Amino acid sequence: MNNKAYPGADDITRVKLKNGITVLCRSNFNSPSVVLRGNLPAGSLFDSEEKLGLADFTASMLMRGTEKNDFQSIYDGLESVGASFNFSANTFTSGFGGRALTEDLSLLMEMLSEGLRRPTFPTEHLERLRAQHLTGLAMRDQDTRDMAELIFDEMLYHDHPYRHTGDGTTETIGAITRDDLVAFHQKHYGPRDMVIALVGAIEADDAVKQVEEILGDWQNPEQPPKPTVDDMPPLEERTRRHHPIAGKSQTDLMMGFLGPKRLDDDYMAASLGNSILGRFGLMGRIGDSVREKSGLAYYAYSSLSAGRGPGAWYVSAGVNPANVEKAIDLIIKELENFIKEGVSEEELEDNKSNYIGSLPLSLESNGGVSGALLNIERYDLDLDYYRQYPDLIHAVTREDILAVAQKYIEIERLAIATAGA
Amino acid sequence: MTQKFTKTTLANGLTLLLKEIHSAPLISSWIWYRVGSRNEVPGKTGISHWVEHMQFKGTPKFPANVLDKAISREGGVWNAFTYLDFTTYYETMPADKIDLALQLESDRMQNSIFDPEEVASERTVVISEREGNENSPMFKLSEATQAAAFRIHPYHHKVIGDMADLKSMTRDDLYEHYKAYYAPNNAVMAIAGDFDTEKMLKRIEKLFGGIPAAPAPRQLSRPETEASGEMSLTVEGTGDTTYVQVCYHFPAATDPDFFPLSVLDSLLAGASSLNMFGGGISNKTSRLYKALVESELTVGMSGGAQATIDPYLYSIVMVIHPEKTPAEALAALDVEIARVQDEKVSTEEVARAVKQAKALFAYGSESITNQGFWMGYTEMFADYAWFENYLDNLAAVTPEDVQRVAKKYFKKKARVVGTYLPINEENINE
Repeated sequence: MNNKAYPGADDITRVKLKNGITVLCRSNFNSPSVVLRGNLPAGSLFDSEEKLGLADFTASMLMRGTEKNDFQSIYDGLESVGASFNFSANTFTSGFGGRALTEDLSLLMEMLSEGLRRPTFPTEHLERLRAQHLTGLAMRDQDTRDMAELIFDEMLYHDHPYRHTGDGTTETIGAITRDDLVAFHQKHYGPRDMVIALVGAIEADDAVKQVEEILGDWQNPEQPPKPTVDDMPPLEERTRRHHPIAGKSQTDLMMGFLGPKRLDDDYMAASLGNSILGRFGLMGRIGDSVREKSGLAYYAYSSLSAGRGPGAWYVSAGVNPANVEKAIDLIIKELENFIKEGVSEEELEDNKSNYIGSLPLSLESNGGVSGALLNIERYDLDLDYYRQYPDLIHAVTREDILAVAQKYIEIERLAIATAGA
Repeated sequence: MTQKFTKTTLANGLTLLLKEIHSAPLISSWIWYRVGSRNEVPGKTGISHWVEHMQFKGTPKFPANVLDKAISREGGVWNAFTYLDFTTYYETMPADKIDLALQLESDRMQNSIFDPEEVASERTVVISEREGNENSPMFKLSEATQAAAFRIHPYHHKVIGDMADLKSMTRDDLYEHYKAYYAPNNAVMAIAGDFDTEKMLKRIEKLFGGIPAAPAPRQLSRPETEASGEMSLTVEGTGDTTYVQVCYHFPAATDPDFFPLSVLDSLLAGASSLNMFGGGISNKTSRLYKALVESELTVGMSGGAQATIDPYLYSIVMVIHPEKTPAEALAALDVEIARVQDEKVSTEEVARAVKQAKALFAYGSESITNQGFWMGYTEMFADYAWFENYLDNLAAVTPEDVQRVAKKYFKKKARVVGTYLPINEENINE
């Protein structure tokens, strides 16, 4: 495919407003709708130990009432025209996103501005949402997959901020007050380092103008600098924990180690290596061993979650409680083989071809393109990144993959989490 | 953007739908077979889904491992779904690579091996899939309500099948099912994307035209009789959360009442999306959300129906607020159902449902995979015209229609009320 079809410097508009907001836009008139997405640095890294879940709670309250509209009129406006919009918190940032028919874009713009700048945090909704969050946590306690992930993170990141999920706990969600929400919002929500991407049936000039109109005069002198996280050492020894949940017919297993950061030089080699290990075809080598050859699991795959801080590189599987040890052994065998033998030329070529060939599909929709634009901004990539992507992929060698495997995978330092009966 | 649409049938009975879309260099190819849990009898429940799994286990020409690697190598995405009325397989590929998917589908329509060793290995994979489902309280509850709602009709059981049958079915059972239902005259092929219709037609004719038609597969005819009273059931399990599922019998997709009911669904529980790829919208201004979640009787609610060949269900799921009881939530639900039966809804509310559907269609059209999905999916229970006329049919709905169908289908005496009651250790000690 002609690389020119991907977003690039000549069709992405990137404008930085005076108050620090970056606006990105790419037009697409194939469908009469627009996607609006973005984020600002107000994520859960700012949560204190006593108020874990505060960033998430704050974000989820922004559409519960603003100076201009109450909850029902906010959602009546959106849902009446089939539009959607929401705020949510991640680790580094709080994000927002929505879509509408182009004729209704002003609704999204207004929602964005009112939610960010003039939320009222109505007490009635605070308690309603608290009950919803607490029920969500009770459901999570019963979910073997969620709980395996939770204790995996606790083990891998023992004293690092990443040991927490952004959701909080029953105690911390119970302890959050309206004053906490108001204070978090006042301090952390501001225009500096905020990013907005607009993709769809809109001209770029118009998009920038609309953002300027609603957010160009926004200021928050209190806003702290963007948070950062430290690196951390791998586990000192292999660590294993089981979280019992009664009455479950399947146990979830999660095992892994620290991986690279997104901007590390060896990220692309790790990503391709991970694809060979547990993604390509039907869940890569892990899927082939645990599912195809042994019939032990419906799902068994590996993931690499590389971001700004030390990412996790892990294998997940759902197995019958009687087969847990068998599955762990098979996975360890695959990891050992991966460190020892690396990958074959054929595997590498197949996976490179997959990465490059699947790009058109991932960039097909407005949602996909907006994700790509935010990715470029988040990691300060070149606007032509997606056009250069095939070259970046081609540059990875078998030796690179063997090197990352040996650098990151230490069988004797694995974190192994299981949750279930 | 011009979108050329063609529908035709090959001499062997294969229905073919083609839609040229040139917005991205992609093609999505779908093959649909008219077989699902609707065609299954006790002892063989889950057989359609298991056959779907076996379709990834290879033919002499495309052995198991070769096949998925070949698709992935080209940057393609592929998957399959088995549901009540259908089993479907799709590949979305870079446009210049689609021929691989077409060859594969033509081959596995007739040449899958069903190697006994692969069958044995896949048995435990499917059992593992079911065990994973069983971990979820809502799976256990919906399995029980579905079984209560259908005593006669095969919609009675879950698509994945009963554990007893997953343990006892044989390789020959699976192969026989495959041979009975996988034939061009029982299939629909739908292709959307960046191709030339004439060339594509020729290629399909070449790859599929020579596959002989099979005798028309035997159809079960076990219509459900009218329910003679409300049924209530309880499922007990671990956890702290109570769920209630209320199911009303709902007409087939081809019933003219389907459209006023879709409007009613929008009003009651929020607009349901027909998109498999492309998502939906929130439901926070729906009548039931206000009556249940905003009044803090539940912490969540959802509702919706499926477009099916035979009458199926309208299902409402309520996650009960920790300080409230299922009875309180059910009483509030009944008030809202009575309201749509007793009072006519406004024309504005009908217009709103139409606008919501229009937006959902626009979002769904961004994805070529979703466009391929729509064409084949609608052929399973109606035809593509059902989809093309959907918005017009919704727009023609009147407030009187909505009231009439509310009275006709949302009857207490024809519903099933299922409750998932959490039993934690404290309760057990009592």
